[in-house]
Amino acid sequence: MTTAKSTQTKSTEQALGLKEGPATRDAFGEALRELGRTNAKIVVVDGDVSNSTRTEYFAKDFPERFFNMGIAESNLVSVASGLAAAGKTPVAASFAVFLLCNAYDQIRMGVAFPKLDVKLVGSHSGISIGEDGPSQMAIEDLALATSFPNFTVIVPADAPSTKAATRAMFEYEGPVYLRTGRPKTAIIYANDGTNGSTEEIPFEIGKANQLREGNAVTIIACGIMVAMALEAAHTLSQNGIEARVLDMHTIKPLDNEAVERAARETGAIVTAEEHLITGGLGDAVARLVAMRQPVPIQFVGVNDTYAESGEAQALLKKYGLTASNIVDAAKQVIARKS
Amino acid sequence: MPQSSNEQVVEKVAAVLNKHASGANKSEAMVPNRDFTALQETAWRLSREIIEMTTKAGSGHPSSSLSMIDILTALYFGGVMRYNPQEPHWEERDRFILSKGHGAPGLYAVLAEAGYFNPALLDTLRQTDSPVEGHPIMNRLPGIEASTGSLGQGLSIGLGHALAARLDKRDYRVYVIIGDGESDEGQIWEAAMAAAKYQADNLTCILDLNQFQQTGSVNKVMPSLEPVVDKWEAFGWHVREIDGHDMEAVLEALRAVKTVTQQPQMIVAHTLKGRGLSPFEKNDVNRKHGEALKPEEAEIALAELDEQRTWAVYDPAGSRLPNNERSANRLAKEIVTRQGETGKPMENKS
Repeated sequence: MTTAKSTQTKSTEQALGLKEGPATRDAFGEALRELGRTNAKIVVVDGDVSNSTRTEYFAKDFPERFFNMGIAESNLVSVASGLAAAGKTPVAASFAVFLLCNAYDQIRMGVAFPKLDVKLVGSHSGISIGEDGPSQMAIEDLALATSFPNFTVIVPADAPSTKAATRAMFEYEGPVYLRTGRPKTAIIYANDGTNGSTEEIPFEIGKANQLREGNAVTIIACGIMVAMALEAAHTLSQNGIEARVLDMHTIKPLDNEAVERAARETGAIVTAEEHLITGGLGDAVARLVAMRQPVPIQFVGVNDTYAESGEAQALLKKYGLTASNIVDAAKQVIARKS
Repeated sequence: MPQSSNEQVVEKVAAVLNKHASGANKSEAMVPNRDFTALQETAWRLSREIIEMTTKAGSGHPSSSLSMIDILTALYFGGVMRYNPQEPHWEERDRFILSKGHGAPGLYAVLAEAGYFNPALLDTLRQTDSPVEGHPIMNRLPGIEASTGSLGQGLSIGLGHALAARLDKRDYRVYVIIGDGESDEGQIWEAAMAAAKYQADNLTCILDLNQFQQTGSVNKVMPSLEPVVDKWEAFGWHVREIDGHDMEAVLEALRAVKTVTQQPQMIVAHTLKGRGLSPFEKNDVNRKHGEALKPEEAEIALAELDEQRTWAVYDPAGSRLPNNERSANRLAKEIVTRQGETGKPMENKS
């Protein structure tokens, strides 16, 4: 397995002093193993990709609670449904694209509809997986996952918050989709307890984290786009534009209050997600803003197309998912303010 | 037949939901074991209910329910399954999952008979505000273990229960009924491989081989389902083949598979969609798949069903002779027919 490169530009790290951290999938795998020690109800159902999703760490410590169902996503999700109905808390893990696209109906019938306590974890999300190409890239998974009634959908921004999200996911009882990524990711939340700090990072399902205050525009981002949003805000600030930045780690249920306040107090919004601009974070924000506090919005994301094989950073640039794209969108949306 | 108004449905549901039918007390309900004649009588009565409730509803899948009603009767009342209708979530219960969810009327009739809910609810089948849905939905009606109706998923769900039993060191068993048309779904074969890999010997699947799916016979729509017995054996399952309307054979198979170790078990049950009932049998296309009988057809079918009730007339002591002869002849004839259609010999492996 090749070492995945960071998606962050050097300028992000230099400008903000952010350090490169592990991939969110690594953090999930470690947190899952830790939780497995105290929560005997956790079982893992794998689609023969445990060394990609990092459920291999759990498998090593708890082999009797780990089931490799082979490359059969439909079956593994329905098996997870049965395990949950019998009192277990199963994690059904695979590549995000195969889990959501291949097993959509099994999730619908066996997880969402009966509200069973199944945790779906999809790794290798977005286009930043790079060289493996568009067949492996989940860019529709948030649209699919948020379409289910009864579902909670979480997209953490970095490794420390992924650990916190994983813990929160098991404290919550009900269907969850947790989206993780392949590349190494800049650390935004440093106080994760791993560097001598005992302060817990803030993570509450359905409650956005405000990372930067501003009144000219709000950038609402999730996943790897959160670090880029911070970089964009830094650039905008140098131009005299103060942008608020929200880490909207929970796409469903959306933090309605934070979005409404952003619309009211800053009067313009940019959303940024490593996903199609339809069906994901942008759509959810737009729906809420249209109903509660109409203001102009610009959307940064993959624009109604499939990507291609290539180096992660080059792809993010080519398909318009960089800090500079967020800066441009912010300027455009501010110009549209009435 | 006039439909009940919505208000009537609400009233009826409110009146009977969660008030279980009178009947078995707790100890008797653990593994209900009716005598042979009573089982036939039960299957006959439940068959009547399937026809009556679907005709009243004006839609549904009576023939897909009738084809498996003898099997369901054996499972729930023939000393096979352990359950307690007063405590539907009892952790030690055996599980039954109807993967071919369109057979819901058959399952509802059985659950009501078992005492999970008042049989009066059956009159509200498929009506707004009734939990007696077109297809089974868990948590809406006691005794429904999984939401099904999107085909191919129940066997995998059953495997999940079976693996959980092993983790928890519980000895409950899991029973799943799948259809022959449903076997077109790839997930069935994913589950087949996985169950064999995990040596799920607490999992029994029954294939309701009723020969017809929505637009035609299984032999026409997907002839390569055969040789189905060989397929399941090749997938690593313990396989038995029976006449699914021969109560004695059904009981024998369900009891025998309990002793199988390290292998999941498949019972291939040859059945008919509306056996001996002319409104179904004269339909050569699909045996009225997904179609309720019109009231005048239902009258004919119910009368024919009453004529089948031979044990009540000839058989007060419970001898199985008449029924048995009939089914043995039928199975023999069917095997000859299927040999002709598939061009491949098929052995009776029961």
